[in-house]
Amino acid sequence: MNGIEVENISKSFGDTLALDALSFKVAQGERFGLLGPDGAGKSTLFKILTTLLLPDAGRATVAGWDIDKDFKEIRRHVGYMPGKFSLYQDLSVSENLNFFATIFGTTIKANYHLIKPIYEQIEPFRDRRAGALSGGMKQKLALCCALIHQPKVLFLDEPTTGVDAVSRDEFWAMLAQLKDAGITILVSTPYMDEAERCERVALLQTGKILALDRPQTIVGNFTEPLWAIRADNYYQLLLDLRKAPFSQRVEVFGEFLHLTARPATTGEEITTYAEHCGHGNILLKPAEATIEDVFLALM
Amino acid sequence: MISNAITASNLTKKFGNFTAVDNITFNVKRGEVFGFLGANGAGKTTAIKMLIGLSKPSGGEATVAGLNLMTQSEKIKERIGYMSQKFSLYEDLTIRQNINFYGGVYGLKRKDIRTKTADILAELQLEDKADEKVGGLPLGWKQRLSFSVANVHDPDVVFLDEPTGGVDPATRRQFWEMIYAAASGGRTIFVTTHYMDEAEYCDRISIMVAGKIAALGTPGELKERFAAKSMDEVFLRLVR
Repeated sequence: MNGIEVENISKSFGDTLALDALSFKVAQGERFGLLGPDGAGKSTLFKILTTLLLPDAGRATVAGWDIDKDFKEIRRHVGYMPGKFSLYQDLSVSENLNFFATIFGTTIKANYHLIKPIYEQIEPFRDRRAGALSGGMKQKLALCCALIHQPKVLFLDEPTTGVDAVSRDEFWAMLAQLKDAGITILVSTPYMDEAERCERVALLQTGKILALDRPQTIVGNFTEPLWAIRADNYYQLLLDLRKAPFSQRVEVFGEFLHLTARPATTGEEITTYAEHCGHGNILLKPAEATIEDVFLALM
Repeated sequence: MISNAITASNLTKKFGNFTAVDNITFNVKRGEVFGFLGANGAGKTTAIKMLIGLSKPSGGEATVAGLNLMTQSEKIKERIGYMSQKFSLYEDLTIRQNINFYGGVYGLKRKDIRTKTADILAELQLEDKADEKVGGLPLGWKQRLSFSVANVHDPDVVFLDEPTGGVDPATRRQFWEMIYAAASGGRTIFVTTHYMDEAEYCDRISIMVAGKIAALGTPGELKERFAAKSMDEVFLRLVR
């Protein structure tokens, strides 16, 4: 049985097609990432799979239950962490956790083993109001509340947005630990560099899947000749390279520009061209593609 | 012409017994894209509030756009622009009205506002949407419009607070190209962000830890110094 099955799900809001015949499967116990920018359809898909919204067409199952017929079962057996912080700001950390345990008919004690590594980090603040926690702490509490009834499937909608790099790293480490508990995880993020934290990812853009596979495989399938290049005048180099006959695409990429060259272009050709344009301190090297290169090429 | 857009020397801010910003010293060159990083609570926001004249330093000295922070903070406000991810534009006003409004706030003449409006609409290719409300624009357009509006009075320094969160890689690159174009014309860009891959786009970066600047250099220098593959790794090593 699959953790999640999505078949030709479509959803429109007025003239806007938010999801366009989307299909994919997530295996039970898999950590699956939805990577896409604002407006790609990530939150709409989460709302449909958590039975908060009906699709216009298509069908889907979550832990084997149908999102239409069996919505009550699904609601009992999934954990959902929405993009916006949705716990009770005026309740304390422990009160929030108790509340979620109680409405699902369980106790903190019964499932403590599941949240222990996460809860231990916020336990020193158990009597603090949730509204007064830092961003990273709020995120940890929200994860505990979504886990306290031992869900079969966990939905995390942009859990790392607005959180600093240290908390983000810790959060992904915690999700990896949940693997042992056999919980299926569907997690969305607009940050491409988080792809490698998932077992498989789907790249989503305006309601369509551009690519779906293990992150290493997606990156490995990028076979165009890719170069990293920089010089003293970075911005002028960008403008000059875009005019070069051998350039297919030139993009800013942090310290270096990424140049997708036409096949059979040599490094010497590129360096000579840049020198002719008057650039100094030219540094050119073959570049390893990242998930962003793939995304840019597929868009 | 001044060569440093920002100079800070032993800049300090105390709240009672707590030192939020502890003797920080750094310079930002004219036309530089400078990344100002730090974990939540490291003192970043307090430092920026001082630099934009919203909070009075407890000690030290600083200049912004060649003006003294202690004695000329009102003048500084005229010479800087500010863009925040959270609030920069009025969603219920149209694109044209937003540009007009900010032009007016900064005291531009009517004629100059008209020219600026035409320039911005042309640069962003938004001519046919000029009279639509900002609220309905995609996030990427909003971000670029916010940046243009923050530049409407041709400031010497523009402060950007997490400017490109949540957009696709192509849209994000369009934004950075606008930043580089502005910087190559001599404007100084001061960026704060949580996202280390965004930090890689800056000429130089400082990382604040517990009120102090723990590291400062180009992304390449910092990665070399910490034997790290990415700025994310540099940050994690420093802050943990």
